[in-house]
Amino acid sequence: MSQMMLSYIDRPSPVHRLSGATKFIIFFLWAILAMTTFDARILLVMSLFGITAFIISGTKIAEVSFIFKLLLVFMAINLLGIYAFAPEQGVEIYGSRHVIWDGIGRYTLTWEQLYYETNVFLKYVVVVPVAILLMVTTHPSEFASSLNRIGVNYSIAYAISLTLRYIPDVQRDYQDISRAQQARGIELSKKVSLYKRLKGAVAILMPLIFSSLERIDTISHAMELRSFGKKKRRTWYSGKPFTRRDAVVLVVTLLLFALGLYLTFRSGTRFHNPFT
Amino acid sequence: MKSKIFSVRMVVATGIGAALFFVLMRFVAVPSGIPNTTLNLAYAILALFAGIFGPLAGLLIGLIGHVLTDLTWGYGIWWSWVIASAVFGLIVGLFFKLYRIEDGEFGTKQLIIFNVVQIAANLIAWVGIAPTLDILMYKEPAEKVYLQGLVAGGLNTAVVLIVGSLLALGYSKTRTKAGSLSVDK
Repeated sequence: MSQMMLSYIDRPSPVHRLSGATKFIIFFLWAILAMTTFDARILLVMSLFGITAFIISGTKIAEVSFIFKLLLVFMAINLLGIYAFAPEQGVEIYGSRHVIWDGIGRYTLTWEQLYYETNVFLKYVVVVPVAILLMVTTHPSEFASSLNRIGVNYSIAYAISLTLRYIPDVQRDYQDISRAQQARGIELSKKVSLYKRLKGAVAILMPLIFSSLERIDTISHAMELRSFGKKKRRTWYSGKPFTRRDAVVLVVTLLLFALGLYLTFRSGTRFHNPFT
Repeated sequence: MKSKIFSVRMVVATGIGAALFFVLMRFVAVPSGIPNTTLNLAYAILALFAGIFGPLAGLLIGLIGHVLTDLTWGYGIWWSWVIASAVFGLIVGLFFKLYRIEDGEFGTKQLIIFNVVQIAANLIAWVGIAPTLDILMYKEPAEKVYLQGLVAGGLNTAVVLIVGSLLALGYSKTRTKAGSLSVDK
């Protein structure tokens, strides 16, 4: 079982000092703009901003390099996949055709396809540093209070905080049960038939479900006793107050976001077309 | 006790359910026999929890679990598939009163209803919503995303059909049947 996962790294930096709510808002605006625009120039500028924020946060590449390796593989598969299935997707989007190389059969190489796939690639480059920052610089117990502050119902915010709290427990339970069942001869690997694999999965999941349902009862009784959900609002143990720094960062992000949207839709379509 | 949209039990079930979904999605890979594709046990748990705790829990478990999975991989959030997971949970949960898993009455009839619903939900989520949103949001080639959707949907259907049904049967057996006690006259 791999333990590779992004998690909070405690370090004094301006990015860490921002309130979690600010980082959430920035992340969502960032993701929306990156998803919308197909203009390589905007995406390039955004990735420069993202990388700058990454450097300011003091996160070391070595701490997150495993993510980059996985991403590179994932991106390569996706880009090749797009080409394999639709080598002329770009031509279809931009409505023009500039051939670089005639290729074999339907696998031609056009500038349009190249530009389209560059955009798809840049979209990842834009979102990755910001997504990593969100995970690495926000303390897990601040997640719930931040979400509540940006308007998420506190019951839902609390459910998320329960999830983050219980992931390690569930993971440990799973490992214990899975090892115990393997010791009794249950196999999930390719050595046995698919049917046996699924039956093995049931043998592991069943005790996990029971322990989880028991846990749900215990926790909900404890919360019920403490009158969870009786009031309209609640306070949070770890919430950072909004500071002037947050306000400045938010205003700047909003302006940039508006500018980005304006530039994207200036020509009437979100597909920037350098070919006409 | 007056009933609210969010009962405490549902909030906790959502939290723990999403944790289970996350762990299974993130760390557990059962080879399916097709190269580079794994059987995703997370959807069996999602279907079971939606079947026990209802549509809102199903929606939120799919949403929270999948968002966290995506975030900890570092590639941001792949919204089209996140939404598909949430919709799957929602649809399976919508009919939770019919399965009667909690009442200990999960028999042949309920088993059939549960599986008809989950197959329909898988179709809507993976062949309908996920690829369509992929095309609308990311402009991915149609052929590629529909094939991906078909493979994912097919595998998830198989996992829920076998693993999900067995889990529901097993859990339901431990519940006391509704109305199993009668007053001696």
